[in-house]
Amino acid sequence: MPMKFPSFRSRREDYPEKMWTRCPSCEEQLFNKQLEKAMNVCPSCGHHFRLSATMRLSQLLDDGSFVERDPGLVSVDPLGFVDQKPYPDRVAAAQLATGLRDAAVWGTGRIEGMRIAILVMDFGFMGGSMGAVVGEKVARAAEGALEEGIPLVIVSASGGARMQEGTLALMQLVKTMAALERLRAARVPYVSVMSDPTTGGVFASYAAMGDVNLAEPNALIGFAGARVGAGTIGQELPPGFQRSEFLYRHGFVDRIVQRADLRQELAQVLRFLAPTQPWGKEAARG
Amino acid sequence: MVDRILGRGREAREGHEGRGDQAPDAPAADPKAAVWARVQLARNLRRPRILELLAVIADEFVELHGDRLFGDDEAVVAGFARIEGRRVVVVGQQKGADTEENVRRSFGMPHPEGYRKAMRVMELAERCGLPVVTFVDVPGAHPGPESEERGIAEAIARSVGLMSRLRTPIVTVITGEGGSGGALAIAVGDVVLALENAVYSVISPEGCASILWRTTDEAPTAALAMRMTADDQRALGVVDLVIAEPGEGAHADHAETGRRLKTAITEQLDRLAAIPVEVLVEQRYRRYRSLGAYAELAGPAPTPPVPPRGGLADRLRGLIEAGQRAIPAPLPVGRRDEPPAREDV
Repeated sequence: MPMKFPSFRSRREDYPEKMWTRCPSCEEQLFNKQLEKAMNVCPSCGHHFRLSATMRLSQLLDDGSFVERDPGLVSVDPLGFVDQKPYPDRVAAAQLATGLRDAAVWGTGRIEGMRIAILVMDFGFMGGSMGAVVGEKVARAAEGALEEGIPLVIVSASGGARMQEGTLALMQLVKTMAALERLRAARVPYVSVMSDPTTGGVFASYAAMGDVNLAEPNALIGFAGARVGAGTIGQELPPGFQRSEFLYRHGFVDRIVQRADLRQELAQVLRFLAPTQPWGKEAARG
Repeated sequence: MVDRILGRGREAREGHEGRGDQAPDAPAADPKAAVWARVQLARNLRRPRILELLAVIADEFVELHGDRLFGDDEAVVAGFARIEGRRVVVVGQQKGADTEENVRRSFGMPHPEGYRKAMRVMELAERCGLPVVTFVDVPGAHPGPESEERGIAEAIARSVGLMSRLRTPIVTVITGEGGSGGALAIAVGDVVLALENAVYSVISPEGCASILWRTTDEAPTAALAMRMTADDQRALGVVDLVIAEPGEGAHADHAETGRRLKTAITEQLDRLAAIPVEVLVEQRYRRYRSLGAYAELAGPAPTPPVPPRGGLADRLRGLIEAGQRAIPAPLPVGRRDEPPAREDV
């Protein structure tokens, strides 16, 4: 590797370097290892950084308990969509950058010993956008939870439906909601955790519809982009618009939970949701 | 040219799938302009909405008001109707004909209470065993702060969920603009019809262009890329049946458009009425469960790339000069600057 000399170009904002990250909220320089130890929450101001799917799973689940399901699902290009780059190239680039096949990972695992079905989203993969793969995984996670009679937990981080798949992405709202309705009818609990950001079609389907809705502090959660809203309607936006606390105040989030407490609070809620009778298909058989 | 793409001889073209992005008998000249012309037709101010169509289709119509929770949203019309003797529940979006009416109906963009009214009336239909017919024509759900405060996303999600399991037949007609979640909230059906010049998309072409091309000038390009015309939507399986419009388009002849729609709707109502409700709901679940294209590869997910590790000198410099400069990394690990691929409302 050739020797590199310091460059005097202006530094890019918010660009995580190899060892240091600048907190976008308080501007503090954070040593990456220290940040990771603090679960990617700024130790000085409490800013919650976005998490990769892998980090989220390891923070929430009992060590080594996660078993991934349907890892082979990959997006195809049903529209032949080309914007400034062809859609397949965008997918390939996202796969290379994240090591994931698409924006969601699902499987089974344990949280404080309780077996659950869990799906986590990764904003790093094309903005966590929901195309057919994400929709399919959510539906399979719900069906898997129903089949086994174990609670479902979904951690959302998404900009909404994936435009490159057109209305087929929009149809994933129906696919996911239909599967969740069956879960609900079988009285299997579903807990939704909203992280930064949870917007558009993901918020307008499964993310908003948990039996219990949890949110990380100050996460952007909303339906219409603030730009869309302000631009179209020409109205002044209220302070803290579309943040977790705004949703909490208006009654759409049960609890705002610090990341450090999330695993424990999830387990606590799940213990209350635990059935006096077995759930789902188990119950039907028994 | 516009005449050419208005679907003369649509019946003859039935069954001819996968024509690609180009309007069927338009000369190869400019598919982009052809698609854009359709978007303009779908948005035509004189295009018939639910009330104008019911005036032709229904023998009787009783409008019902209010969501029983907050108020009455005039952007959504709901009520009882009789179509050639069949009692049905109808739901649809209504834009205004003039400015005053448009203000009253918030330019056809429903607030949460509009969708909650729709849900209340659809649940009533389920209890009374009446089929539901929905008329979809909406630029999108209302994107303002009061809409968010009252839970527009929750209302859409709940309505979509309700329609996916409603134990009565649902016929949906996309009559104009099928604008994303605001349309979908009343567009989950056993059968989805579309008027020929209707469009259906996950985001408005302007919104898509401003995100992916960074300028709204590329809206026609985005419209073409999203394949949002009724014919394209049928090829994708999102729409089941396309209904030809008379002459210059639906806006020019409400009566004939209504007559054609009436034939199609009654046909579907009679067909669906013969299916046992258990089967109907399972078929509806399967219909949406199978929409969307993906492939399934064998084997586990690829292992995440190992973050590149610089030499000792690099690492020392990183420590010393943190915050002074950027170290270009070969792989953008942990970089999160992909533009959010969010849809419009």
